[in-house]
Amino acid sequence: MSTDVTAKSPAPAPPGGSGPAAGKGLLQVMLDGLRRNMRQYGMLIALGLIVVLFAVWTDGDLLLPRNVSNLVLQNSYILVLAIGMMLVIIAGHIDLSVGSLTAFVGAFAAVLTVQHGVSWPIALVLCLLVGAAAGSVQGYLIAYLGIPSFIVTLAGMLLFRGLTEILLEGQTLGPFPEGLQKLGNGFLPETGPDTNYHNLTLLLGLVLIAAVVWQEVRDRRRQQEFALEVLPTRLFLLKLTALVAAILVLTLLLASYKGAPIVLIILGALVVGYGYVMRNAVFGRHIYAIGGNLPAAKLSGVKDKKVTFLVFLNMGVLAALAGLVVAARLNAASPKAGVNFELEAIASSFIGGASMSGGVGTVLGAIIGGLVLGVLNNGMNLLSVGTDWQQVIKGLALLVAVGFDVWNKRKSGS
Amino acid sequence: MAGPVLEMRSIVKTFPGVKALSDVTLTVRQGEVHAICGENGAGKSTLMKVLSGVHPYGSYEGDVLFESEVCQFKDIRASEQHGIVIIHQELALVPYLSIAENLFLGNEHARRGLINWNETLRHATELLRRVGLDEHPETRVADIGVGKQQLVEIAKALSKQVKLLILDEPTAALNDEDSGKLLDLILELKKQGITSIIISHKLNEIRRVADSVTIIRDGRSIETLDVKAPETTEERIIAGMVGRDLDHRFPERTPHHPEEGAAPALEIRGWTVHHPIDQQRKVVDDVSLQVRRGEIVGIAGLMGAGRTELAMSVFGRTYGRYAGGTVLKDGREIRTKSVAEAVGHGIAYVTEDRKHYGLNLIDTINRNISLTALNKVARRGIVDEHEERKVSEGFRRTMNIKAPTVFEPVGKLSGGNQQKVVLSKWIFAGPDVLILDEPTRGIDVGAKYEIYTVIDQLAAQGKAVVFISSELPELLGMCDRIYTMAAGRLTGEVPRAEATQEVLMRHMTKDTQDQEVTR
Repeated sequence: MSTDVTAKSPAPAPPGGSGPAAGKGLLQVMLDGLRRNMRQYGMLIALGLIVVLFAVWTDGDLLLPRNVSNLVLQNSYILVLAIGMMLVIIAGHIDLSVGSLTAFVGAFAAVLTVQHGVSWPIALVLCLLVGAAAGSVQGYLIAYLGIPSFIVTLAGMLLFRGLTEILLEGQTLGPFPEGLQKLGNGFLPETGPDTNYHNLTLLLGLVLIAAVVWQEVRDRRRQQEFALEVLPTRLFLLKLTALVAAILVLTLLLASYKGAPIVLIILGALVVGYGYVMRNAVFGRHIYAIGGNLPAAKLSGVKDKKVTFLVFLNMGVLAALAGLVVAARLNAASPKAGVNFELEAIASSFIGGASMSGGVGTVLGAIIGGLVLGVLNNGMNLLSVGTDWQQVIKGLALLVAVGFDVWNKRKSGS
Repeated sequence: MAGPVLEMRSIVKTFPGVKALSDVTLTVRQGEVHAICGENGAGKSTLMKVLSGVHPYGSYEGDVLFESEVCQFKDIRASEQHGIVIIHQELALVPYLSIAENLFLGNEHARRGLINWNETLRHATELLRRVGLDEHPETRVADIGVGKQQLVEIAKALSKQVKLLILDEPTAALNDEDSGKLLDLILELKKQGITSIIISHKLNEIRRVADSVTIIRDGRSIETLDVKAPETTEERIIAGMVGRDLDHRFPERTPHHPEEGAAPALEIRGWTVHHPIDQQRKVVDDVSLQVRRGEIVGIAGLMGAGRTELAMSVFGRTYGRYAGGTVLKDGREIRTKSVAEAVGHGIAYVTEDRKHYGLNLIDTINRNISLTALNKVARRGIVDEHEERKVSEGFRRTMNIKAPTVFEPVGKLSGGNQQKVVLSKWIFAGPDVLILDEPTRGIDVGAKYEIYTVIDQLAAQGKAVVFISSELPELLGMCDRIYTMAAGRLTGEVPRAEATQEVLMRHMTKDTQDQEVTR
């Protein structure tokens, strides 16, 4: 009768699924991994498909060095916005004001440099501060006064658009000093011997490859140290090869034209930095926590108001940066700049796997989402599809991407 | 004896990677109340989802026969058309619509899309009378208590010409009084010829209303017992559920004798809190209590006695409006104005509502456990993922959280395992004082025992534990001392030696006119 109760330990946690390494085929392991990370890989594969399709349709024009360079320049500001927007959406909010804010900051930069002759580095800092100020006002209203973000930023959208027109008196203002122009369409400087390639870009590419390989290997070793399960060696090598090849191709493409655009370097730093913060920093965790379940996060001692405030402040700074890049690229501040940018950034985030209810998404996802839209844009331009149809197709792309997500989630059990 | 109204034969249901039901056979006779019990994750809810068409025909193996006909339900609507209605644990009512609107939601009395309000109200009044709910049908659902909402759900089922009513843990969120009424109603409906299936963890309820009970364990139906037979004792049912005899429902505890002189780990003095909206109302009224290290102190009270409100307002003022009182930790007064401050002073509050206030269901076990004390696995604001993983793997093993890895989303776990994650999370925070609010609500006997063991260990490590519970037997089994509350006030303090259910119940119903004694 009285079996020893302490020893009962109902069916010790099953070692089931104790690692894909357990004697399964390589293909099986890959498929399993794919299924588990459908959200991430799904969009990556979709992006790959779109690139291949357009490359074929445009007879390879899409992948010409000059066009790749262009693609980066054209989409950089949306990608910058998408990073910030991803954070906002993960936190369970939305920001409709960023398009107008980019225009406003561009106008402010033009007024400073063109009308008042302020030197460009100072203007740059001032512009970022203005973005931070705008972001923190909105953030304060949302986080501390509890006004819904949709309302606050909708107001911001109207307000900053109006202020832009007031600031520019309805005119287009330019040109910008050369230093600022570089932000929009500058490239890394040319140095070293003549190799038919852009030397600094090549060097940077190689450094990047070395860094990625080192990082991956170190990570794997640490995981083994902690006796955690790792990818089987062959699959790991395959992944590493794919990564290296991707970087190499991009490097060669860019190096055979004018080199890496400056904005790409900035963007790269942002992706790495924000990706790291969202994955590894306490702050990033707190953003996921408040978006995933706000009451639970509060009761866990997360300072939800502060986190929300900072997320919007950050969005303001990134919007200012995007505004500078746009203005620099057009070499003029226009009252009509940045129209619909907020929607493109929001679409990028959702294509990249964000959830309407918050708590889900990655920085890399936002970038992939942004690139899907960017490649569609660029490819359709090359095929001279009119802007009317471009809008239709981009709308459908958003629907398909999110629809796939929803379908995939439902399939894997409610 | 009437013949079977429902037969489920050799039901097998597999999800990717998991066999939820491996062989379940269930026979329910016409007009009986049939209980289903089993540990969490045993497959009760899955079985009911198969029956009600949530898992459509074709997604499982085996046959479902209702009124001797093979059922091929493709969704809930199809099963409802046959008169099978399921009432889920989480009520499916729209809070801002009226009772009447909720009753006929999706099934409106309407012609050409226009609602006939007179007919709606007439029918609603009739249904409410049948379930004994004395509320006007135009009352908003948000304005009535959970107990009454449960009755609205049943009225809704009646409106669908229910023949077989399935109730999934109907009393989990109810107090004793409301539970009693609900059970009476089930018996009343039985007289009217409605067959019921009731899933419940509460064995005394099963004994009260059920005619037979089917026990499910690990996805298999183990046995069906006749509840009215004398040999079917609670112990007998529990033995079937856990697959072993159970002499001890609680771990052996040596009662704690606090050293005189040492300041209590937590002391609350004159704590008063007003209702967040109705600010005239004192929800907690001048409560003073203390807990020493190594002690488990219970707080008993009926629904609305102010236990959760007391705990939450002390824990970072997360409930109501503070109106006076002090908190002392180890004899020194502390500020607990925010959760961060409370946690900083070594206080943890484990919520009664883990899904809404305890866990981020879409996130992993790993990240849920580390959230409150992220800084312990982080350096300069950067989380060490390997360290974090090691910590949570440790908890998965020691707490026996049933999941293949710590990267499983918490939302996919069963209630008992979710509760273990919440507990792990707060143990990881390393508190001196743990306030546990209904830590075993809605979880099965086996997991309960595991949680009791953990609580016992915490006390043995010298932590002060406050144990809030509506289940008197577990307070009696676990606590060194038990405070009782009623209508926001402390009404008694009973040492372990003197505590019985009767004594506690007497204190819990003291001084309050509007609460009637239910036992």
